[in-house]
Amino acid sequence: MGKIQLRAVRKSFGDVHVIPGIDLDIEDGEFVVFVGPSGCGKSTLLRLIAGLEDTTSGTIDIDGKDATNLPPAKRGLAMVFQSYALYPHMTVRKNIAFPLKMAGMDQAEQDRRVERAAKVLNLASYLDRRPGQLSGGQRQRVAIGRAIVREPAAFLFDEPLSNLDAALRVGMRQEISELHQSLKTTMIYVTHDQVEAMTMADKIVVLHAGRIEQVGSPLELYRNPRNIFVAGFIGSPKMNFIEGPEAEKHGAYTIGIRPEHITVGDGPWEGTVGLSEHLGSDSFIKVNVEGLGVINVRGTGELDVHHGDRIRLAPAGKIHRFDKEGLAL
Amino acid sequence: MSTHSTRLASRLMVAPSVLLLFVWMAVPLAMTLYFSFRLYRLLSPDRTGWVEITNYKWFFKAPDFWLALFNTLALVGGVLVITVVLGTLIALLIDQPVKGQGVLRILVIAPFFVMPPVAASIWENLFMHPQNGLFAAAANALGAQPILFLEKYPMSSVIGITAWEWLPFATLILLTALQSLSSEQLEAAEMDGAGAFSRFRHIILPHLTRAITVVVLIETIFLLGIFGEIYTTTQGGPGSASTTLPYMIFKQAIVAKDIGRAAAGGIIAVILANIVAYFLMRGLGRNLDA
Amino acid sequence: MARAVTPQRKAVTTLAAWTVALLIFFPVLWMVLTSFKTEASAVAMPPQFLSADWTTANYAEVWARSDYPRFFLNSVIISLGSTLLGLAVAIPAAWAMAFVPGKRTKDLLMWMLSTKMMPAVAVMIPLYLVFQRLGLFDTRIGLVMALMLMNLPIIIWMLYTYFKEIPAEILEAARMDGASLWNEIVHVLTPMAIPGIASTLLLNVILAWNEAFWTITLTTTKAAPLSAFIASFSAPQGLFYAKLSAASTMAIAPILILGWFSQKQLVRGLTFGAVK
Repeated sequence: MGKIQLRAVRKSFGDVHVIPGIDLDIEDGEFVVFVGPSGCGKSTLLRLIAGLEDTTSGTIDIDGKDATNLPPAKRGLAMVFQSYALYPHMTVRKNIAFPLKMAGMDQAEQDRRVERAAKVLNLASYLDRRPGQLSGGQRQRVAIGRAIVREPAAFLFDEPLSNLDAALRVGMRQEISELHQSLKTTMIYVTHDQVEAMTMADKIVVLHAGRIEQVGSPLELYRNPRNIFVAGFIGSPKMNFIEGPEAEKHGAYTIGIRPEHITVGDGPWEGTVGLSEHLGSDSFIKVNVEGLGVINVRGTGELDVHHGDRIRLAPAGKIHRFDKEGLAL
Repeated sequence: MSTHSTRLASRLMVAPSVLLLFVWMAVPLAMTLYFSFRLYRLLSPDRTGWVEITNYKWFFKAPDFWLALFNTLALVGGVLVITVVLGTLIALLIDQPVKGQGVLRILVIAPFFVMPPVAASIWENLFMHPQNGLFAAAANALGAQPILFLEKYPMSSVIGITAWEWLPFATLILLTALQSLSSEQLEAAEMDGAGAFSRFRHIILPHLTRAITVVVLIETIFLLGIFGEIYTTTQGGPGSASTTLPYMIFKQAIVAKDIGRAAAGGIIAVILANIVAYFLMRGLGRNLDA
Repeated sequence: MARAVTPQRKAVTTLAAWTVALLIFFPVLWMVLTSFKTEASAVAMPPQFLSADWTTANYAEVWARSDYPRFFLNSVIISLGSTLLGLAVAIPAAWAMAFVPGKRTKDLLMWMLSTKMMPAVAVMIPLYLVFQRLGLFDTRIGLVMALMLMNLPIIIWMLYTYFKEIPAEILEAARMDGASLWNEIVHVLTPMAIPGIASTLLLNVILAWNEAFWTITLTTTKAAPLSAFIASFSAPQGLFYAKLSAASTMAIAPILILGWFSQKQLVRGLTFGAVK
């Protein structure tokens, strides 16, 4: 079981209100991603759930029981840290067994569980090494192994992939997703990378300045961002925002169009190509459109335009409309 | 990383240390303060009573008080200057690519393991002795008169002996700091056209600030109470030439057996130590931050 | 350092470094040499280096005339006991200061250090009286406690600087893994800090071994360590250089040898946070 409910949770450090007040329900078995720019309070929120920090007010329920004042050890949660936080003086085996040893489990059961976790994570041949002798990806697996042996109510991940190189990151991302498929345990995952959020989450919680901007499935957020912040944060390349007369035509203060929802060829907007990046599968071009500013366009790989070309653009998908306060209309 | 429970735990964890150190400091201090206002002479135990600030007055009027105060500060300052300057030079030397660095370190560290009474007695008898010391032998060989170190230059001699004891400590800390300096930084400076002296002045010395701070702080703590070296060598003499405040207090307590006066001296020494500590922590505490 | 150095330059710096090191070491060497000379040879003018009459009689005589093993044992018990006790008190305190720092942590540390600035002589009489009254005078336990308190600020400071280098996340991981505070300190923090703790232990054993003021003030015979042994020797023996040197060598040899063997350990941690 791993149902977590946050009710009016606030956190202040002195006069600084990191989290002014949050309500959130996390269902059993869900993969929830907290995403937002650095300093948005996502890590603090995770640490509040973990019990590594106290809430200033509000309550945190885990499986229907009030856990607000429980120490981390009593919450039945496991955490994977950004730096992996492995115990450098212990072998991989001892690292993974540590939570079991702390729980006073008998040796045979400890061994059984460590072997099983090692098998799942492909660590069997490294069990007698120390963390210092492992690569970044292997360390990451040990950290996950240490978390899964306890069979926790929920896993907490604090930017676990940010210390890995790009190639490894994609691999680990898939491994964590697969782990979630097989364990079906609640996972709460913190990241500043919206790609990780989009690819892994059942439910994304977009945080900004300690507030929840929007909660929803990846596609909901992509299709119907509730405000400019979410619209700009989710999706890559970033959504184009246009103000002024062009927006007024659509009865909005600001309109937003995703780069992939613009076609090149015929259309109402004319401009000069600035930067063009050809990736083979896609092309990203920046077009300086008179009266609108720079518009990002995502085209097909075969799109043959270059710096200095004059081209015409047309909106060819959903136009998001926002009012003066940035809320979606 | 703190919750109510970790903060509570942390208080409980520091409490024994704070409590022990407080008692260790406060009880003797309170007793010293009490004695300092009392007539308390071991030679006339039946005469007791409150004497207000007579003991303090005696101290301030004593002819050797100001000299003792000066000597105390001269000892601290002298040893600090010698150990930091020589320590830096020796550390720079050992840090060069030299043969047998490990053995060198063993040789340089040796005086640190020598207990003060032994250190003082080696220097007094085997080196500074006017008839049998090595220095006298050296003077004789050169056809000069042996220098009467402990008679003519007692304070300088004591400073020299103490500096020898503390030189390894300063050298080691400075050497460790020096070795943590990235050679890339020095190479970059060299590429920028900095000569050896500029590299020392603008790269090495700033890098050593923290280490020098630590050396000054730790040495001062120990040097303010230096006693054994003087007791073994000059006994504060000749006259009062090498009497420091701690030694003056010792003389009142053990030779004159006047506990009241010694206590007043003790309080004065504690106040002096606190003044020094205050300026030291103010001036240097910043260097130790983060 | 991958910098090319000419052989000439290396020879010059080597020569200079060895000259300086030998000068610093020479007093200790000279003392040891003197301890193996006859008394006549020890005071001979000009000093005798190779032509001296070598003998081990001084050691035999010092050994016969004093109860060296007892002084030695007292030194070991007092220096090791005070240091271990100090570590037991200091590790939790350093944990708290390093991992749950508050606004006042720095001030607290500085206050602790300032207690060491109080000149020992200033509080000699009161402590003497307190120790007499509590029955701690001339006892090993009394000295263990006195030296433990004397060195506690240094121990805390050294451990604090060491602990601060350990990432807090690792201790948090232990907490998430269900470790109690006790387990966190015993199974995670302490093993990770072993090099720092070893160096702290060594330095404080050395400081306690070489402490001469309190050991002499607070003991007479039963608990007297080697610093008292050497004090008793130098006074009435007058100018018997060879025997004084032999006794001195016996007093410092154990710690000198320990120090040399463990100097790597000692030096590694002897930074007091001076090296970032």
